[in-house]
Amino acid sequence: MMETDVVVVGGGVTGVAVLRDLALRGVRAVLVERFDLGTGTSGRWHGLLHSGARYAVRDQESARECIEENTTLRRVAPHTIEDIGGLFVLLPGDDEAYAEQFVEGCRASGIPTEELSAAAAHRREPLLAPDVKLAYAVPDGGIDSWSLLRSMAADAEARGCKVLVRHPMVGAERDGDRITAVRVHDAVAGEDRTIGCQWVVNAAGAWAGEVGRMAGVPLKMIAGKGVMVVMASRYVRGVVNACRKPADGDIIVPQHEVAILGTTSEQVASADDISVGLADVDRMIDMCAQMVPAIASGRVLRAFAGSRPLYVAEPPADGGGDGGGDTREVSRTFTVVDHPKLDGLDNMYSIVGGKLTTCRQMAEAVVDRLAERMGVTEPCRTATEVMPGADHGPHQVAEPLARVERDQAYGELICECELVTRGQVRDAVASGLTELEDLRRKVRLGYGPCQAAFCAWRAAGMLAEAGNGPGPGGDQGPDAVVGLERFLEERWRGQRPTIWGDQARQALLNHAIYRGIFDLQGAGVPDEAAEPSTPAGGSGGPPGWSPGGAGEG
Amino acid sequence: MLHVEQTADRCIKCNICNTVCPVSAVTDLFPGPKYEGPQGQRFRAGIDTGDSPDKSLDYCSACGLCTQACPEGVMVAEINQVARSRLVADRGGLNLRDQVISRPSLMGGMARPVAPIANAVMAARPVRLLVEKTIGVHRGAAMPKFSAMTFRSWARSHKAPAGTTRTVAYFHGCAAQEFEPEVGAAVVRVLERNGARVTFPKQGCCGLPLVSNGDFDAGRSYATRLVRRLRGSADDPGVIVASSTSCGMTLKAKYRELLGLDDPDTRAVSQAVYDICEYLVGLDDDGQLNRSFAPIRARALYHPPCQLMAHGVGLPALDLLALVPGLEIERSRAGCCGTAGTYGVKVEKYQIAMDVGRTLFDQVTESRPDFIVCDSETCRWHIAQATGLPVYHPVQVLDRAYATA
Repeated sequence: MMETDVVVVGGGVTGVAVLRDLALRGVRAVLVERFDLGTGTSGRWHGLLHSGARYAVRDQESARECIEENTTLRRVAPHTIEDIGGLFVLLPGDDEAYAEQFVEGCRASGIPTEELSAAAAHRREPLLAPDVKLAYAVPDGGIDSWSLLRSMAADAEARGCKVLVRHPMVGAERDGDRITAVRVHDAVAGEDRTIGCQWVVNAAGAWAGEVGRMAGVPLKMIAGKGVMVVMASRYVRGVVNACRKPADGDIIVPQHEVAILGTTSEQVASADDISVGLADVDRMIDMCAQMVPAIASGRVLRAFAGSRPLYVAEPPADGGGDGGGDTREVSRTFTVVDHPKLDGLDNMYSIVGGKLTTCRQMAEAVVDRLAERMGVTEPCRTATEVMPGADHGPHQVAEPLARVERDQAYGELICECELVTRGQVRDAVASGLTELEDLRRKVRLGYGPCQAAFCAWRAAGMLAEAGNGPGPGGDQGPDAVVGLERFLEERWRGQRPTIWGDQARQALLNHAIYRGIFDLQGAGVPDEAAEPSTPAGGSGGPPGWSPGGAGEG
Repeated sequence: MLHVEQTADRCIKCNICNTVCPVSAVTDLFPGPKYEGPQGQRFRAGIDTGDSPDKSLDYCSACGLCTQACPEGVMVAEINQVARSRLVADRGGLNLRDQVISRPSLMGGMARPVAPIANAVMAARPVRLLVEKTIGVHRGAAMPKFSAMTFRSWARSHKAPAGTTRTVAYFHGCAAQEFEPEVGAAVVRVLERNGARVTFPKQGCCGLPLVSNGDFDAGRSYATRLVRRLRGSADDPGVIVASSTSCGMTLKAKYRELLGLDDPDTRAVSQAVYDICEYLVGLDDDGQLNRSFAPIRARALYHPPCQLMAHGVGLPALDLLALVPGLEIERSRAGCCGTAGTYGVKVEKYQIAMDVGRTLFDQVTESRPDFIVCDSETCRWHIAQATGLPVYHPVQVLDRAYATA
């Protein structure tokens, strides 16, 4: 049996931030994740590094947390950030009184703002609607959660902690008021394992309630679904927000080479509900096109949904989790759930709520509590200790273009949309990746406009050649085909609610390639007869394969 | 963002552009239209100023075949040209060589008083070697011959025939004005054979060489000046014919597409411009072309310039040449002759231009025509230099056939 001091459950940004915090304080810890890092909410969001301005009017506690962490992350993890700034734009018909409240709220929360005239706003964002009245510049940014996850995990592992992916928690062994071990299922080996531990941190986000159930404590999470739409190119240089009370379709976040339109806020029964309705997609485009009209006729790549990990200590009477309500009223701040005090479970803490921007602060809060109980006196160092890779400086969108140019790697592109070279794929495969989905998260393979028309079969071939097929023996034959079909299925799922115009043409070409040339018959191969519809969430994949991961950031 | 850049979104990665690109077919220095165009564009968006990441796009010759081939409407070559203009701006403007070759009217004007000497000097090997070493124009590249007489001075002494039935304004551009007044004269005589009174509005360089070398600001000032000068002719007589394929195309569309000039004056001028052969075929379609051509007993090879494809008018010269009795026309199998304006004269690109033109040059060697016909001046100079054969504008052939009729 594996033994450790702390088991951290959940491989999203919160769990990994907790692991790094523990590692920096010299605590032995193991993180268990059911799929791959960042396959839940951390991989299914818009990629906004909050300035806090979105919360400045209604939720100043969150706003203050955001601006504090915004500053901290720029210091310790600059390489995961696109330093692009953000605008809040006032359109005709918007309430000017709200704009005044906004400026005042930002001031009170410590968020710097600068008022820009319409002309100055257009100079900064040429595609803004011509009738924008004025704009406020705020220090919003973009952040790549997978890059952040990799850096934090690498740092934690270098300091002796362990990350176990494809190890879903399946149970807890209790001895009275203590958990003595966490049971996990090794999805690759196909067997259960037990990890003996002194402490447990539940950082399972939107799924924290399930971990609570396995540990035998009540923990009520609210799943707040947000739908996002991915445009084929950036449209904007920085983040663009509507200067009004937060509502559907009021933000455009450029990330790498795409723009993500967000978002809805709907309470759903399960965090696994990541279905996308056509009406949501339409509304998102219509609303965002008010700010940037070119979006109305632009190419839409796909749509996806993520589940916010919302928590209210005392759920309202009607907040029973049956779905349907707007969850925007729920504060975006975070909570350390003190199970020793609340539930008499002496060695587990849950860290719930919050946002990606505040993940480090969340980790600090829960680890502080734990350290006090453990008698660890090392202070938190995550706000000052820079992460591996930080010397690179902020990410620039044109970097891949410069890299390919420098290496003269034009003929070696595996994924042409994302400029992923043969060398990058080879290195990733050598590091032990077995799934095309993992390659996507690692090197951005298959993200771009063609949605894997060319890269998937090339990379599947490389995986098979390396003996890293998805099957038990890394087989080169049928398993490679199954892996390819599974990847395509995921690409197709995100495209289905957005199949019109250019993307429909693309789907026909992809159909010709995968069905016509490769003779694949899987569900992931676009079928000419397929009706655009609302696909159900969940997965047809094998154990250990992520059903999520359609997220673009 | 210009409309041109937004078309990048339409790319479905089908690779058709890559299959027609003459440059990437012969060199690894240019990664191909799909890479530089719609793919690269997604990574350039959002870059405001500073270091352009992909210097390789400088190897795009801007021939435009990719744009013509794209089934989705991606303006591949134009995306590259816009990106190149940023590259040039990053460098702080054009280098001396590109400044010089981008201003044909200035070059011609300076050499004219001493044209015979200038031509003799430029023909001397040591001089060309010096020019190559100092400013980077390849010693083997075709150079136009400076003309002692400009087209406009010919036109002033030209006696127009009486009894005309229509009026046409002629945009002769720099090539006819400075280097090939005989082409301009042929255009005038052919139009007059068709009952036209030809006017010569004050004009000047259209700015195309500046635009294709990447100095959009300078190009824009040339453009607005030319639009101002041609604006009257756009209303009266309402038809402006051009004998330079690429300059004509610049007036028709590039001011709008590349320079973002979309005002009513530019639109009016754009809509009045016709390529000379396009105009003559139009007359023929209306039954108004004077078809009394004398036979020319010869074999000729016709090479349509890349820029002609962009006009979207087919191959009007081929239709016209077919009307000349006795003339046997073979069509070029090459997509591009290689020079693409000023691209092929540059020392670092000359060999690429020669390699691109290989298909055409080999065909010439194989079929040994009496002469070659091509609409575009820089192509004519390049092909003549590479093959040693005379290369004529199609209108020069028609002029000859009329003259002997």
